[in-house]
Amino acid sequence: MKYLEEFRDGEIAQRIAAEIRQITTRPWAIMEVCGGQTHSILRNGIDQLLPPEIELIHGPGCPVCVTPLEMIDKALAIAARPEVTFCSFGDMLRVPGTDRDLFRVKSEGGDVRVVYSPLDAVALARKHPEKQVVFFGIGFETTAPANAMAVHVARREGLRNFSMLVSHVLVPPAIDAIMRSPTNRVQAFLAAGHVCSVMGFWQYPPLATQHRVPIVITGFEPLDVLEGIRRTVRQLEAGDARVENAYERVVTFDGNAPAQALLEEVFAETDRAWRGIGVIPKSGWRLSDAYADYDAEHRFDVRDIRTVESPRCRAGEVLQGSIKPTECEAFGRECTPRAPLGATMVSSEGACAAYFNYGRVVQLERVVSA
Amino acid sequence: MCLAVPGRIAEIFEDHGTRMARLDFGGIHKTVCLAYLPDAVVGDYAIVHVGFAISRIDEASAQETLRHFRELGILEEELGEVADHEYAPPPPCPIPS
Repeated sequence: MKYLEEFRDGEIAQRIAAEIRQITTRPWAIMEVCGGQTHSILRNGIDQLLPPEIELIHGPGCPVCVTPLEMIDKALAIAARPEVTFCSFGDMLRVPGTDRDLFRVKSEGGDVRVVYSPLDAVALARKHPEKQVVFFGIGFETTAPANAMAVHVARREGLRNFSMLVSHVLVPPAIDAIMRSPTNRVQAFLAAGHVCSVMGFWQYPPLATQHRVPIVITGFEPLDVLEGIRRTVRQLEAGDARVENAYERVVTFDGNAPAQALLEEVFAETDRAWRGIGVIPKSGWRLSDAYADYDAEHRFDVRDIRTVESPRCRAGEVLQGSIKPTECEAFGRECTPRAPLGATMVSSEGACAAYFNYGRVVQLERVVSA
Repeated sequence: MCLAVPGRIAEIFEDHGTRMARLDFGGIHKTVCLAYLPDAVVGDYAIVHVGFAISRIDEASAQETLRHFRELGILEEELGEVADHEYAPPPPCPIPS
């Protein structure tokens, strides 16, 4: 396929990796923010192509993983109501809530549906005026334009039976929070290319300057990821702390203007709890006051939710990069993608699932061919 | 859900007042919302997230990046680095082709 195969060339990958080995003189810890990149790194063995000095810390950029437990429990409560058709991206159905997941609600008779696009949920609301159609609007800046458009279209058409349970999270405040943490080890970031395709990267230069940290906008194909790492290492070795765009075919400085305009209209900044991490100020979006009528949290009374996390799950430490998935005692034993204890084992973008699916079940010896 | 893929815009149309398109992902066709790419035309390639085209792929930049990747190798050969890292026999490539 065009724009895929060219960026998966094994020989060029070896050459970029060779250059990374050549320019690396000391240990560096680089965080790839996005779970999609974690997936690409493990699937393509990029971690094993790097010199031992380069450590990749897997970031919190998995929307399924960081959606707070309280929000999952609210989704479960709403989805179980008889008048509700609950629509979600497929990844969310197996995420464990306090005592069950959306699959369980479905098996117990709840009308839970997987949709590809939030507009599919709007179409269901159009078709079934007798049902309350609720969409679970989660994700980063990548899914936000889709969710914003769904609410916007519902309001334009006066679809009073559509609402959204919103739990959006944002990348720049997370980078800021990671750099402010007293235990932080991250020295550079691969920024998520597709988040930047929407938002541009005008938000990042102040972060790079303030925290003296290189930030390289990086794509998802193996050569894109390797090139992002190469440019990051080059900056680290030179003592630079700039924002660089290594994903120019997709990302511009300004981003997608029509998408940002609608996001501004539909959403408003809010403090957001990240599962496993805690509350990060102004790190999320909720529906703006103009769209408050479409907020499922207002439409359905879900205030009395009591949440309890599994004491055996260490997803919070994985999400903050303080342990690797294989260091968790439950990994691959009582916690697997078929029976996950935590959300990081559910989504293909979750670090635990990626480690499990791509054979990092035991800590592999690093392959150094230099 | 962030694992977006590039597709080619095959057809543009309207549905309930919203700009939509049919995209060709290497033979698989899907309907996506094109409202966020008002200037995109049939034949353009776009990155799609959860049913929404959010970014047009810039052909010139893609070619430039590929040219740069190839040059990386050439530069190495000129510096004699490849000889030091001679891949003979080549290690098994972890990147699926």
